[in-house]
Amino acid sequence: MEFVVISLLNGVSYGLLLFMLSSGLTLIFSMMGVLNFAHAAFYMIGAYAAYTLGLKIGFFPALFLAPLLVGMFGALVERYGLRTVHRWGHVAELLFTFGLAYIIEELVKVVWGLTAVPYRVPELLDGPLFTVYSTEFPKMRGFMMLVAMLMLLAVYLLLKRTRIGLVIQAALTHPQAAEALGHNVPRVFMLVFGGGTALAGLAGVIGGVAFVTDPSMAASLGPIIFVVAVVGGMGSLAGAFLASLLIGTIQSFAIGLDWSLSGLFGSFGIAVNAQTPLYSLWKLQLSQIAPVLPYLLLVLMLTFRPKGLLGTRAD
Amino acid sequence: MADTPSKLRYRPVNIGRWLTWGLTALVMAVLPQLFTQGFAITLMSQMGVAIVFALSYNMLLGQSGMLSFGHAVYSGLGAYIAVHALNLAGAGHIWMPVSLLPLAGGLGGAFFGVLFGYVTTKRSGTTFAMITLGIGELVSTCALMFKEFFGGEGGITTNRMIGEPFLGITFGPSVQVYYLIAIWCLVSMALMYAWSHTPLGRIANAVRDNPERAEFIGYDTQRVRWFTLIISAFFAGVAGGLSTINFEIVTAENVSAVRSGGVLFAAFIGGVGYFFGPIIGAIIFTFFVIALSGYTTAWLLYLGLFFMLMVMYAPGGIASLIMMQVQLIAQKRFGRIAPHYLAAGASGLLLLAALILTVEMTYQVSVDSANGTLMNLFGIAFDAATALPWAVAVGLWLVGGLLFNIARKRVARVAGEIQAEILQGGT
Amino acid sequence: MLNLKRSGGALFLSLALLASSANAQTVKVGFIDPLSGLLGPVGQNQLRSWQYIADLANQKNWAGGPKFEIVPFDNKLSPQESLNVLKRVEDEGIRYIVQGNGSSVALALADAVDKYNTRNPGKEILYLNYAAVDPDLTNAKCSYWHFRLDINSDMKMEALTSYLTKDTNVKKVYLINQNYSFGQAVARAAKEYLARKRPDIKIVGDDLHPLAQVKDFSPYVAKIKASGADTVITGNWGSDLALLIKAAKDAGLNVNFYTYYAATTGVPTAMGAAGEDKVFYVGYWNANNEKFVGHDIIEGYKKKFDDDYYTMATYSGIAFLAKAFKETKSTDPVKVARALEGMKIQSLNGEVEMRKTDHQAQQAVNIAKWVKVDGKTVKYDQENTGYGWKTMALIPTYVATQPTSCQMKRPN
Repeated sequence: MEFVVISLLNGVSYGLLLFMLSSGLTLIFSMMGVLNFAHAAFYMIGAYAAYTLGLKIGFFPALFLAPLLVGMFGALVERYGLRTVHRWGHVAELLFTFGLAYIIEELVKVVWGLTAVPYRVPELLDGPLFTVYSTEFPKMRGFMMLVAMLMLLAVYLLLKRTRIGLVIQAALTHPQAAEALGHNVPRVFMLVFGGGTALAGLAGVIGGVAFVTDPSMAASLGPIIFVVAVVGGMGSLAGAFLASLLIGTIQSFAIGLDWSLSGLFGSFGIAVNAQTPLYSLWKLQLSQIAPVLPYLLLVLMLTFRPKGLLGTRAD
Repeated sequence: MADTPSKLRYRPVNIGRWLTWGLTALVMAVLPQLFTQGFAITLMSQMGVAIVFALSYNMLLGQSGMLSFGHAVYSGLGAYIAVHALNLAGAGHIWMPVSLLPLAGGLGGAFFGVLFGYVTTKRSGTTFAMITLGIGELVSTCALMFKEFFGGEGGITTNRMIGEPFLGITFGPSVQVYYLIAIWCLVSMALMYAWSHTPLGRIANAVRDNPERAEFIGYDTQRVRWFTLIISAFFAGVAGGLSTINFEIVTAENVSAVRSGGVLFAAFIGGVGYFFGPIIGAIIFTFFVIALSGYTTAWLLYLGLFFMLMVMYAPGGIASLIMMQVQLIAQKRFGRIAPHYLAAGASGLLLLAALILTVEMTYQVSVDSANGTLMNLFGIAFDAATALPWAVAVGLWLVGGLLFNIARKRVARVAGEIQAEILQGGT
Repeated sequence: MLNLKRSGGALFLSLALLASSANAQTVKVGFIDPLSGLLGPVGQNQLRSWQYIADLANQKNWAGGPKFEIVPFDNKLSPQESLNVLKRVEDEGIRYIVQGNGSSVALALADAVDKYNTRNPGKEILYLNYAAVDPDLTNAKCSYWHFRLDINSDMKMEALTSYLTKDTNVKKVYLINQNYSFGQAVARAAKEYLARKRPDIKIVGDDLHPLAQVKDFSPYVAKIKASGADTVITGNWGSDLALLIKAAKDAGLNVNFYTYYAATTGVPTAMGAAGEDKVFYVGYWNANNEKFVGHDIIEGYKKKFDDDYYTMATYSGIAFLAKAFKETKSTDPVKVARALEGMKIQSLNGEVEMRKTDHQAQQAVNIAKWVKVDGKTVKYDQENTGYGWKTMALIPTYVATQPTSCQMKRPN
């Protein structure tokens, strides 16, 4: 029971962090059709910026300022980079972000060095929030969940209840019509890209503290958030939310389960031992492949339901 | 179409084509006589392997419009099949001359192309890209988990010196390996070029450009993509087999995402729109990764910047830039633009010097600060902690930028004029 | 970068041709390890360690004439890149190479050096492995030209378990490792040796997770917690280790971690206070040893590079070569290799013997704990964290010694 509760909490909190990341990615994709390969790189900048700012002004001011800086940087990238590439089509845009990820990683190494920086949990959030049976649930994780929920609420209100949200939605489906009505669609694109990367920066501020802030943090998280966005359905914010929680909890529980195919065969009375062909495949436990389950999910999803959980388009 | 051969057709010998291929073969034959150092030979061998790999990749990206993030899966698994085949041959279980090993790799690659391709090619576009990414991650994770087939961390080692020497060829010296790779590279190039003129190659172009239409005139686009992928995987496997002979070891890095990303870089830098683009790209990319990294730790940054510049300003790659000049030369108007090119090139060199100076000094004072701030660039020794070299860098940026901007505008103006003339002259 | 370090390649290439003919006494040692990328910081630290010790040896004339020069090459932690680098080494006429990071690279290099030496008699290259710990390198895949200065992972586990089993509080052990040959080897050895020494200890968990794929270790920590383990043994390195320890601290998991790699560059900073009094590491040396042997090197290195000297094998390596040069009055790898077999030297951790049968250095083993610096038993911290390693036990050489299955092919 203790294990179930704590796994659920772990899974949901990790899922919510994934959502913070993939929501920006999804927004950008649904608006601009750009699969932002550099998204995790913006997450990394967020973490490093918050670390540096935090040394001067403390964690909480940095929590607001760092995503803002990341968003501004993102907007600049859109204005002076992506917009130039836009005329060459989506593949070129995708490759642009692909190359950008490399360059950001190199620049981070130049500025902050090759090893992890000591980005520590602030005093206020250090320590356990509550204890489940005997396992402590850290405050930081609770805070992570809180921020993600607030962010979800804010994005929802922005998109559904404000004028700019209406314009964004209009430009999403009918860019020409929106432009004809006098809206500056390129500027909306810039705002969306800046906003999306700011969300990634916010996730970085939290994720950098909760995990490790080093130059490999982008590369290690990058592919996973694609999985989330694709499984949820390209361009669907609700889908991304669902997929994040799904992947977070699946991973969390799978680690706890030592099931294997040989065990399954065993329960049917088929003995599997080291002499059986392909033994290393049969003895593989679910817990061993848990971290790559998302990729398996991705392949299965794209094969059988290419539009994702809540997506609307297949390609 | 069946009656085409019976028709009387006049077909002149395509001198240009014979000349190009002949020259390529000649250059490949002569190179190791000019560069005899062991490192140069291995560098050229790897360029040969990279050419085959990049061309196979471009069958997907350039000719069929499939952006893959997991092409190393096929070359890597092909390499594993090849290394197992070579070990079996070495132990005397099967008969197989080393020179035919790439065929084993190719068949291995094609096998996995049949398998994975069936799943991946169901969709095109972004979905295809994502699914290849997923499969790439799965395979590279498996490569470390299953020690029996992949050899674990140490990979699988082998010995290419098996069997009796044939005409004195033992494949011990790396020059012999180079020539083997060169021959396979040339043959693969020719075959892939020929493929692009087959009906399948042509219809792959159609599926890339307009899948609905291709479907409408009766082609199963999914099947076209699948077949193309299988053939592409075959040549990727050939590249894997060649690298097996070259390195005598296959490790998990052969199937890694880094390799998949690398071949994308190579093909794109060279230019995916022309057959010879990826060849240029493969040569430049191999040089960047293997040779440049010996001189500077900032090589990844240079590679990234180069790639970004290409994406932003020359998405057709180097090949498209070359073809533009070829067109001008053919129009006998190259002479008019050449001086402006020279000016742009010279000011571009200033900018390049500024970039190198800035990057190297920044790395020296940040990443490498522990080694002190004294450094040496192009034979000039200086201290990166002093103001003078930074002032020089700023000066180079300003002057170079100013001059380059002027030259760039001139080039654009003259190019525009020539374009207009050609259009007028043509009509 | 075209700096002093790398000018080894560019500038020295031209100068070296002059220098080597004028002064045949300079022995160039090719350093083949990652200098860029993720493990770049580790490689940089170790390169400077080699250079620092080489300078020391040159000043004090350890070799009785010949001087050492370390020539760095970046292999990007890739086996194939390492083979490219080896070609450069051959071209530049370098006869000695040192490498340490990654058993994958070590296995590739050992195999390639062996082949090269058979195919090119008279140009032999000698390979000193200072940190790759796969037991295979001195067992099934041993090579005459390969010498290991570090202790291999089985020896580490032997020492670790002999320390662990003396502690009666240890009742339930949990194994968590990266799922590749090294991690699997650690798990296998731990189970085998614990069963031999203390059959009453229960292995309550044996997890293998993909290498560098896990971002969130809290589910693993929950699993460890649920198993009721009091001790965790892990061969994890890099962020896989730092994340595990951080997650354990967050969940208030009260167990001891016995590790191989908690002292390598980057981990101490990432781990910080989270590992206090909980994390142990097993290795051949500890800066805070009983008599602070090597304190001058640690302090000099810190002053020069603002970094920590921890790769003590660099000291043993240069000492071995120097002694062999002196004894044979030659720098020819063929003679040196023969002299190295069975050679004994005094290193910073006492006597080190290069065992003849498998070229595995035999030496004492340290167990150390991550604690706050107290100025008495723990003088030196790591990465300016305020924490350092306290020596808990010194396991004598004979305890960790392992039998070998090596059937070495010696050239005549």
